[in-house]
Amino acid sequence: MPMTITEKILARAAGRDVVEPGDLIMARVDFCLGNDITAPVAIDEFEKAGFDSVFDPERIALIPDHFTPNKDIKTAQLVKQMREFSARHGITHFYDVGRVGVEHALLPEMGLVGPGDVVIGADSHTCTYGALGAFATGVGSTDLAGAMATGQVWFRVPESLKFVFDGELSPWVTGKDLILYTIGNIGVDGALYMAMEFTGSAISGLSIDSRFSIANMAIEAGGKNGIIAADATTRAYVEGRFQREPVYVESDEGAEYARVRRWSAADVPLMVAKPHLPSNTQPAADLAGTRIDQVVIGSCTNGRIEDLRMAAEVLRGQKVHKDVRCIVIPATQVIWKQAMNEGLFDVFLDAEAVVSAPTCGPCLGGHMGILAEGERAVATTNRNFVGRMGHPGSEVYLAGPYVAAASAVAGHIATPEQIGTRRAA
Amino acid sequence: MSASAPNNELGAVPGGSAVLRGHAWTFGRDVDTDLIIAARYLNMKTAEELAAHLMEDADPEFPQKVRPGDILVADENFGCGSSREHAPMAIKGAGIPLVIAKSFARIFYRNAFNTGLPILVAPEAVDGIDEGDEVEVDLSTGCIRNLTSGKEFEAEPLPSFMQELVAAGGLLPYLKGRG
Repeated sequence: MPMTITEKILARAAGRDVVEPGDLIMARVDFCLGNDITAPVAIDEFEKAGFDSVFDPERIALIPDHFTPNKDIKTAQLVKQMREFSARHGITHFYDVGRVGVEHALLPEMGLVGPGDVVIGADSHTCTYGALGAFATGVGSTDLAGAMATGQVWFRVPESLKFVFDGELSPWVTGKDLILYTIGNIGVDGALYMAMEFTGSAISGLSIDSRFSIANMAIEAGGKNGIIAADATTRAYVEGRFQREPVYVESDEGAEYARVRRWSAADVPLMVAKPHLPSNTQPAADLAGTRIDQVVIGSCTNGRIEDLRMAAEVLRGQKVHKDVRCIVIPATQVIWKQAMNEGLFDVFLDAEAVVSAPTCGPCLGGHMGILAEGERAVATTNRNFVGRMGHPGSEVYLAGPYVAAASAVAGHIATPEQIGTRRAA
Repeated sequence: MSASAPNNELGAVPGGSAVLRGHAWTFGRDVDTDLIIAARYLNMKTAEELAAHLMEDADPEFPQKVRPGDILVADENFGCGSSREHAPMAIKGAGIPLVIAKSFARIFYRNAFNTGLPILVAPEAVDGIDEGDEVEVDLSTGCIRNLTSGKEFEAEPLPSFMQELVAAGGLLPYLKGRG
């Protein structure tokens, strides 16, 4: 029976030849993770249930990235609990400040997750790793506790939706715009419980960083996972990096999809999602005049080196508008150093933006850039719910790094073209 | 389940006594987990601490207004957004024994079962309950009665695997039982 890439990976993890949508399976977990918000609750549940060992200390990552560097005493206690649990169980992939980065940028970068994997994470954006041709999905703390103890997780095999983007992207358009366009079309529960498979010539032409942005936001359409089959771009990224043997999987000819959507990539403009849902999208060019107070460039969605290069391309020789605070957050230490060595920090500092240590920080209204009542931000993050970045009376507009940087310069939502940026050759 | 228990489609629901009665608080669609419990409170992890901030960004007075036994009723996609188990914990911490919705976001659905918060999918009931209505729910049958209007509704039956999880006492006992 022909299967989709998601079905094939799940069948393999369940030790079965075939699975179909609706099947309930117990799957082997290749890797699992939690952060400083979710792991402490998982540790509590693990200990309450009376488990005394983890299934494999090399296949668990505990990543304190949300409120770190620790923003207050309570947070410090949570991270201490993770540190002590990791020491007690020999968990090697615990990373403290100085080594830690935003989890969904850090794990692929370190080669801890890769093609063919089944990954669960107690963080909804775990779906990011689907960009590498893995099945990766977010779960809660109790599911993580179960996986840490047994290396197993239950799944209902999801139906698959296929999204085909063909043709050439318009100038400045990135993976972030494609995924905002998709969510705007299908809604925040348009893929509820389903796999979102992305394919087509425009997807093939995307960098790995742009693919991470796409898979990252599958959850914002309610999806169980987002996935892009591995190709030459994936192999180039994974080779010499992935610490286990990659398993390259692709959908069979004739595999069944609940629905197929086909779009011309050229029709996708620079996109923005307005408050208070990621599906509330509009072309960025239509929103000029929407005054802003802050710009955040970072997160598991858009805090990678390519994103920082894009922001720098727009900010080079410019100044952040006098009424705007622009916060740049490289997602990992490696990205931070690379950006520094490429001279991107000179661009940001000369533009009067600030560069932060790696953290999720403001994305979830944690710290490092909280909004006051009535303030408005453009952010390269993934959620714009009420109060997401601070006061419940503040607003978040989601965009890619080009629009975020151009908006920082303009003081209102803008595209690079609108502020006169010329494309680098 | 004992031999004398009524034969029903729904099975037991985690953490619940069989019949619940309470007043309804109604919400629209896409209630996200940031609304249920804002991330600024996620440096805490006890149900009691979290309950003090339940739904605060939707209504700052909600934690003071809600009474133990009250029931949440919401439209589609309840619990969308983050994976924080603090959301069902906060709901339980406020003494809310049940959430009825037209549909639930995927991770929230898992978390509710894993943490023992009963949830029911019942689209018609959601349309037939107004804020403040007194509602009686038999968790063993899925029967939802709006005592204010006198109307009755049926919740969708629990998938059999979810019934197994419930019977085992939750996810971790279930996994332990598998050895």
